[in-house]
Amino acid sequence: MVYKKPTLLNDTPMHYCPGCSHGVVHKLVPEVIEEMGMTDKTIAISPVGCAVFAYKYIDVDWQEAAHGRAPALASAVKRLWPDRLVFTYQGDGDLACIGTAETIHALNRAENITIIFINNAIYGMTGGQMAPTTLLGMKTATCPYGREVSLHGYPLKITELAANLEGTCYVTRQSVHTVAAINRAKRAIRKAFEYSMQGKGSNLVEIVSTCNSGWKMSPAKANKWMEENMFEFYHLGDLKDTGSDK
Amino acid sequence: MADQEITLMKGNEAIAHAAIRCGCDGYFGYPITPQSEVLETLAEQKPWETTGMVVLQAESEVSSINMVYGGAASGKKVMTSSSSPGVSLMQEGISYMAGAELPALIVNVMRGGPGLGTIQPSQSDYFQACKGGGHGDYHLIVLAPASVQEMADFVDLAFTLAFRYRNPAMILADGAIGQMMEKLVLPPFKPRRTEEEIIKECPWATTGRVGGRKPNIITSLELRSEEMEIINNRIQAKYREIEAKEVRFEEFMLDDADYAIVAFGSAARIAKKSIEIARSQGIKVGLLRPITLWPFPTEEIKKLAGKVKGILSLEINAGQMVEDIRLAVEGKVPVRHFGRLGGIIPDPDEVVDVLKRSF
Repeated sequence: MVYKKPTLLNDTPMHYCPGCSHGVVHKLVPEVIEEMGMTDKTIAISPVGCAVFAYKYIDVDWQEAAHGRAPALASAVKRLWPDRLVFTYQGDGDLACIGTAETIHALNRAENITIIFINNAIYGMTGGQMAPTTLLGMKTATCPYGREVSLHGYPLKITELAANLEGTCYVTRQSVHTVAAINRAKRAIRKAFEYSMQGKGSNLVEIVSTCNSGWKMSPAKANKWMEENMFEFYHLGDLKDTGSDK
Repeated sequence: MADQEITLMKGNEAIAHAAIRCGCDGYFGYPITPQSEVLETLAEQKPWETTGMVVLQAESEVSSINMVYGGAASGKKVMTSSSSPGVSLMQEGISYMAGAELPALIVNVMRGGPGLGTIQPSQSDYFQACKGGGHGDYHLIVLAPASVQEMADFVDLAFTLAFRYRNPAMILADGAIGQMMEKLVLPPFKPRRTEEEIIKECPWATTGRVGGRKPNIITSLELRSEEMEIINNRIQAKYREIEAKEVRFEEFMLDDADYAIVAFGSAARIAKKSIEIARSQGIKVGLLRPITLWPFPTEEIKKLAGKVKGILSLEINAGQMVEDIRLAVEGKVPVRHFGRLGGIIPDPDEVVDVLKRSF
């Protein structure tokens, strides 16, 4: 068989909106876990946000964290169970806003974990409010006239910040809007998981994503808008990879 | 026997040694006066080289308690310690642990508040510890040590109760018990559980799907109201069972008492001295010391109200436990409160004066 659904991705109907990037990433993660033979050795941490129910779809052990705290949970779990594959799956509100401290410190402690970071520049679950990653000029429920520096400050490039931390091993920014991008994103997740199992430090895989519901666009238009606007500010590619040096 | 050796140390140090000895898997904390010696002692003892216990200084109390959540959710025996302002920061995580029914130990070495308050001893977090503290309907199992020996002994007891009921437990001490040095016998060494033992003992824990079992999920979330009510009712039934089985208290000179003091922790030690002074003046007073603050010894205090003419709640706060005493007494006898605030410890003589004035 050339193509199949990963066994770990169960048949529960997903709550994600049609067109949302979560669905694609939800397929890549279990594919990588299966390919690495880590099905019975994975402990995953879900966030608060759209991916709060990630545990309903991917059949590994999950802990559901409080908003922003997933990297703290993961730090403890990995230290207490060093031979387990431990990763968090978080959105931009969870990771880059309320959980900034947990994110930065877990990464800089060189915890042997991977953070999968879905950046769609908006709070999806609560109905489309401004996120730390919302682009300037972008309209949301809490910046209905567009994000302005004088009112809201600048969007946060937390992935660039993470790349500057001594504790991080592999920091990359990917997307899943084309087949080629999906393949690159999968390789990035695999590399991050492998580095975390090899004890090479912390790993951050950002996936620049669409939120067509929050952005109030069709899925096709959201992908185009992402290419034209998001990638301008959030450049795709590896920001740091010291894994092969260590 | 080496284990029976009497040693001298601070209450905070006793907590650290007891944690290592009872097979604790992980400690996650953040410095705050007057409890920093717990983390300092652990760092000095390096248990990761002996028992394999993980010790980690987190970036905040918010992070420490969430590390405890993660560790507890994976079946490990994990703990944190802090003092009042830090414990306030932990309330979110504690509520999540109560909701997800996770066993863990939280130590609060109380200092005076509100706000940044003082670094001197206080018992002003009684409400926070015993009435939930964070959001939602929940209780912690709360143990109140009155000596350095009990600081050490209650670590293992708290873990035992926490795992028995899958509920977070708290040791509610204060700056006096944490900082004072006293002789004690440290508990004997107990090995940490093996991973196989943890997997067997905690089949609910997220240990990885060992042996291909079904996924385990630790969450406090349930959006369907009917299901959430069922979960809440189950948790409440657990609390009723704890109330029925786990009340612990000490009685002191109550047999012939005309009056009773109810006091916990440091205040109970002051009460004993006050009782000695009062009895030398012909006033027959005794003490009931709740050891578990939750579950509270309601029935015992109810019985006490049938025997004495008045009850004094001696607390190092503005009057918190006195509310639970009044609920137990149901107006049968007068119940008064006396306490000092701001980190001041009541003097035994002033307690005797209060007793004379009150009844």
